[in-house]
Amino acid sequence: MKGFLKYREIWLLAGIVVLIGLISTRFPGFADPANLRQVFNDTSILMILALGQMVVILTRSIDLSMASNLCFTGMVVAMLNAAHPAIPIPVLIVIALAVGLVLGAINGFLVWRLNIPSIVVTLGTLTIYRGATFVVSGGAWVNADQMSPAFINFQRTAFLGLPVLSWIAIIVIALFFLVMTRTAIGRSIYAIGVNPTASVYAGIDVGRTRFIVFCISGMIGGLAGYLWISRYVIASVEVANGYELNIIAACVIGGISIAGGIGSVGGAVLGALFLGIISNALPVINISPFWQMAISGSAIILAVVLNARGERRQGRIILRKAEAA
Amino acid sequence: MDTTAHHGKVEARPPASAPRLTLSGISKSFPGVRALYNVSLALYPGQVTALIGENGAGKSTLVKIMTGIYQPDSGEIGIDGQATTLPSAHAAFGHGITAIHQETVLFDDLSVAENIFLGHAPRTRFGTIDWRTMRRQAREVLETMRAGHIDADARLKDLGIANKHLVAVARAMSIDARIVIMDEPTAALSMKEIEELFLLVEFLKSEGKAVLFISHKFDEIYRIADRYTVFRDGEMVGEGLLKDTGQNEIVRMMVGRNVDHIFPQREPKIGAPVLSVSGLSHPTEFDDIGFELRKGEILGFYGLVGAGRSEVMQAIAGITRTSRGAISLDGQSIAPKSAADSIEAGIVYVPEERGKQGVVIGLPIFQNVSLPSLSRTSKSGVLRLAEEFSLARSYTERLDLRASSLSQDVGTLSGGNQQKVVIAKWLATAPKVIILDEPTKGIDIGSKAAVHGFMAELVAQGLSVIMVSSELPEILGMSDRVVVMREGRIAATYDNKGLDAETLVRTAAGIVA
Repeated sequence: MKGFLKYREIWLLAGIVVLIGLISTRFPGFADPANLRQVFNDTSILMILALGQMVVILTRSIDLSMASNLCFTGMVVAMLNAAHPAIPIPVLIVIALAVGLVLGAINGFLVWRLNIPSIVVTLGTLTIYRGATFVVSGGAWVNADQMSPAFINFQRTAFLGLPVLSWIAIIVIALFFLVMTRTAIGRSIYAIGVNPTASVYAGIDVGRTRFIVFCISGMIGGLAGYLWISRYVIASVEVANGYELNIIAACVIGGISIAGGIGSVGGAVLGALFLGIISNALPVINISPFWQMAISGSAIILAVVLNARGERRQGRIILRKAEAA
Repeated sequence: MDTTAHHGKVEARPPASAPRLTLSGISKSFPGVRALYNVSLALYPGQVTALIGENGAGKSTLVKIMTGIYQPDSGEIGIDGQATTLPSAHAAFGHGITAIHQETVLFDDLSVAENIFLGHAPRTRFGTIDWRTMRRQAREVLETMRAGHIDADARLKDLGIANKHLVAVARAMSIDARIVIMDEPTAALSMKEIEELFLLVEFLKSEGKAVLFISHKFDEIYRIADRYTVFRDGEMVGEGLLKDTGQNEIVRMMVGRNVDHIFPQREPKIGAPVLSVSGLSHPTEFDDIGFELRKGEILGFYGLVGAGRSEVMQAIAGITRTSRGAISLDGQSIAPKSAADSIEAGIVYVPEERGKQGVVIGLPIFQNVSLPSLSRTSKSGVLRLAEEFSLARSYTERLDLRASSLSQDVGTLSGGNQQKVVIAKWLATAPKVIILDEPTKGIDIGSKAAVHGFMAELVAQGLSVIMVSSELPEILGMSDRVVVMREGRIAATYDNKGLDAETLVRTAAGIVA
């Protein structure tokens, strides 16, 4: 399976290279390293979010509430910053992680203890968290002039040639890579996605593992909340409305199987990059937004077809043995 | 309802006319397994034929051939004396062949009437479904079956299993089924519901249907069936009229066989008790289970499917909860709350369904092996890959696993090699007690011998093994002692000295010798 996965990621990477090449023919500066760094930076938040979503999808679950969590947490840190500009940014980031963790833990608890399907739980909390944003803000916006310069500039600070936002994305990618390939919890996440029953017999607590993945996606949502607000310098109830679909699309394009158990950090990152390039670069070369939608949509379907083919091949093997048994 | 007319033994039917359905010389093989070889079966109108055989005798395969799901490799099917083929489920349906399964295959969220008429609902002249006629006809069918208490508008899921069976039969009646196959219909029924089912079978007989009745339970067979056909290891070994044949004779047909497999010679060194279980009970699955497993012993658990053996083992393995009872391991009382607790204590359970409960297809071999041992191959949650690999290597080598690399996806291995991965993964947890549930089900002879050889090696090293098996040769060939379970209770425990298969089958089926 590993070999096949790599195969698929290489194809996705090749697709991205081709896309960049095509764009370069219309917009010669596009493939410049400086511009590619910009594209990476622009896509950082989506990559981080896609990784948080990935761990949830791997366990045969889904988190539809990530964008609402982002909106709520972003509003909380923006209001804190507006009211107490002296709070250092690292503390605000920790607060954002903690608030996101609480929201994620609520999802995880409902999925684990009440055994409600995650799509139902997070469809509910999607609305609730956005509603809660309205409640805490009273419907008011937090504007750029209410935010402290440090709040806005932190992610833009250059460090070793890259903005801090890019570094945060790189650190998150590295952390996820380590967790997914080198830790017991990462292994458990894959195992329960592929075969929950066998995982129970192997002594893995499926419910608890699902709770943990929702905590992870919650923390990621919270982190992305601060990054988003300080990037677009406005906090409102409308922030990232509907963005959960982009996050899921990035995962699907990245080869993460909605049926669980299959997917990798590299895939999620590349899926997000692919979407990021389409949405950031195509307007520059005067391709209409409708074509952008068509390209994203086609990429999703293509990815799902590739997934389905990979899974069907396995299914046939199982079936033949089941018949013989 | 007047039931008196149906009590007691079935009276002899008038001599059968021509058989309605004949199967002759049917063979069917799957890769590595010969499911049926040259079997014959005849079903007569107005008669019930019981199909009898151990698990794996080929009964289910035959049902699938009769319902058009499988195609025989060779052999002939005749209906009313005409040779025919059943290339699809639809074709079997067209010939009036219908099967009622253990768990009925109906639609839970549709109404009773819809279930009865799905696919052949009466239409109005506009081509839409004529609901009024459909409901009326549904009620009529149910009433002719004396099942008028079932509301034609009820959702199927609100009915009990017995009533679902009635709906399935009503469906068969509505399509004018002429051949009705009942595949262990009583397995999940209460005594009262079984009585009602028998009335229904009587009704089907009186309507001239040819009925095939598959059951493990001799009392039911003698109560309801006219004829019998016995299968053993995919071959037909006997048939005739039940009134001419005693239970013991049928048991002999079921179990008499040539030994085609040599079991490893062992000199058991049995030590002190390792695991002792007493009074273990579950609200619905088993009651008052008590036994001891000693060091270096293979304890066989025999019983019919559904006797509660796997359920007991899952409780000991911490997967299901018990309501009462005590388990102790090496004299220490344990109360496992999860599979992880049991593994930690030193009890592992190797489940029956390899695909569903055993291997994790999609993960490489080494990750499958280390899955229950992650706490040992990691430090503060961080995996040590070198240790994982060496753990996987040492156990897969001991089991002679054939794989090109330990990073290979376990899904690419053969069934026998997958089974070795499953066993390796449990051995890698360094258990004291290993519970093997149907360890050789569905694997080829060579892999079976390897698994048996390995079991012998395990106990020689001082492990203790519980082997749940429905295969008599395996039970008799491998066990030091045999526990027989019946209907959720322990029926008897035998020393495997001079123990014979017939005793086991009689105990499991509850036949008094």
